Amino acid sequence: MNTVNTDVLVIGGGPAGLAASIAAHDAGAKVLLIEREQRLGGILKQCIHDGFGLVRFKEKLSGPEYAERFIDVFKEKEIPAMLQTFVTESKKTDDGFLTTVVNHEGVTKIESKAMILATGCRERTAKQVSIHGTRPAGVFTAGTAQNFINLMGELPSKKCVILGSGDIGLIMARRLTLEGAEVVGVYEVKSTPSGLTRNIHQCLNDYGIPLHLSHTVTRVFGDDRLTAVEIAEVDDKMAPIKGTEEIIECDALILSVGLIPENEIAENLGVQLDWHTKGPLADESLMTSVPGIFSCGNALHVNDLVDYVSESGEIAGKGAAAYAASARKAAPKAVDLEAGENTLYIVPQKVTLPEGDASEKTIVYFRSKEIFDKSIFRIQNEKGEVIFEKKYPFLRPPEMEKVLVDFGAFDLANGGKLTATIEEVTA
Amino acid sequence: MTEQTIVCITCPRGCTMNVKQDGDEITVTGNSCKRGEVFAVNELTHPMRTICSTVSTAFPESPVLPCRVSTDIPKEMIFDVMKEINKVVVKERIGRGDVIIPDVLGTGADVIATSDLLK
Ligand SMILES: Cc1cc2nc3c(=O)[nH]c(=O)nc-3n(C[C@H](O)[C@H](O)[C@H](O)COP(=O)(O)OP(=O)(O)OC[C@H]3O[C@@H](n4cnc5c(N)ncnc54)[C@H](O)[C@@H]3O)c2cc1C
Ligand code: SF4
Repeated sequence: MNTVNTDVLVIGGGPAGLAASIAAHDAGAKVLLIEREQRLGGILKQCIHDGFGLVRFKEKLSGPEYAERFIDVFKEKEIPAMLQTFVTESKKTDDGFLTTVVNHEGVTKIESKAMILATGCRERTAKQVSIHGTRPAGVFTAGTAQNFINLMGELPSKKCVILGSGDIGLIMARRLTLEGAEVVGVYEVKSTPSGLTRNIHQCLNDYGIPLHLSHTVTRVFGDDRLTAVEIAEVDDKMAPIKGTEEIIECDALILSVGLIPENEIAENLGVQLDWHTKGPLADESLMTSVPGIFSCGNALHVNDLVDYVSESGEIAGKGAAAYAASARKAAPKAVDLEAGENTLYIVPQKVTLPEGDASEKTIVYFRSKEIFDKSIFRIQNEKGEVIFEKKYPFLRPPEMEKVLVDFGAFDLANGGKLTATIEEVTA
Repeated sequence: MTEQTIVCITCPRGCTMNVKQDGDEITVTGNSCKRGEVFAVNELTHPMRTICSTVSTAFPESPVLPCRVSTDIPKEMIFDVMKEINKVVVKERIGRGDVIIPDVLGTGADVIATSDLLK
């Protein structure tokens, strides 16, 4: 059996893992990346639509173009990667981690001082939504549809219904229409859409595809292949309203009902998860509750913009390199950061306080729980003193916000708790 | 005078804008930056869009290659341009940025490859 040694082991070769590897390498660490697929790039390989990199490159790139810019840099720097390689076990040792991987060359043991988990997210499937009826073929996720059309070149449906208004579903509604399929409509159980407003407009309205809010699919029909679905309006408790049922003939039901961070490896390593984000609890360097394990990208929390995915990769990469070089001081002063009123989540959930007069701004990401008009986002300490405040013309849950906070400017006590809240200001 | 709401799709913020048109005069409010105004005026005069798609290839291991138009095209030409895109079969190992269809249907936009997948 082969044994290799590295400072930082990165798991996952999507935009998060690529950015993390490059940042750790640039910070002087020896890096090794593991990817289970044949090609680097992660989910972006199949996201052929544009809209990537608007923040970072000020250009409207497609997913592959964005990913390949990072892959080019990754290759130029000759960072080693193992493709089509699966992690079978990973455990903590006295001086780091021991990870066992397998590929066509056999089994390899990897000793690393730090680890970065950049495993992305997975889509919620039919199992996670309750629909009556048989289980015919033709019920699949929007990501699966995307894979079929954009990587395999096959149209998986001629006439479909989309359940859920997540961004991938909206993007696929447009893509299917462009390729000649009929998208009868997008049905969303909530009273507000989950996808970005711009996607409602450029993917649905532009093509005359109706969006039905407060509607859901209650039943599917068909023996081998889906032949129809029953949709119904729902009340404010999301229960179907009797008498509003309607049957729609279609050959596919495409699900776009949400994404969940992928954290199997993290959980096996004892990493604590945040029930708000469903990703690991992390500090400002994106280190998890297990020292030496870092998390970034969609594994940390589901991002709508890849620019922030890359940014989080860079933070984790830098942090992991510093950890591997033992540049981190033991038991630093830290405070907890919690999502309070009207706040869906906040990342990081823990902030290390700079010592002395050092002042460094920490990147903080958050989402609001509901759609708000004019609002104020605040971070306060236990005494109610305001540490940070920012006004917004509007806040919407599908659109993640980013702020820079100088936690060092306040005399915060070790072990303290800060709470983030959103207040809607009427008037 | 006409008044309508237009959502700017230029960036992920997706500002909801109020657009008033009085003859040739167009006033835009609710945009967070200048690009919103440009978008609103274009929407009323000649709406433009981007399209991203795939072209078939002659390579069985990668049956399709992602592509897009190099600049926005008139919105009403989307399906015509899609027809042109769907006629193509790429036989050479072209890469990111390479032109697949120059000046597609005289729009001034090229259809370009967006991946090095075949390389
Ligand atoms: C379908 C879809 C559409 C999107 N549309 C947009 C958009 O229009 N604009 C935008 O800016 N953003 C968009 N996003 C968001 C953006 O693409 C993602 O946020 C980004 O790709 C996430 O990057 P990541 O590296 O965290 O995860 P991923 O890209 O998912 O990469 C994770 C990688 O880890 C690998 N992996 C996972 N587990 C293991 C394991 N155990 N061992 C080895 N490898 C493993 C996977 O194979 C994958 O390559 C979209 C996301 C999705 C899912
Ligand atoms: S107006 Fe400016 S900020 Fe608002 S969506 Fe358009 S480009 Fe973005």
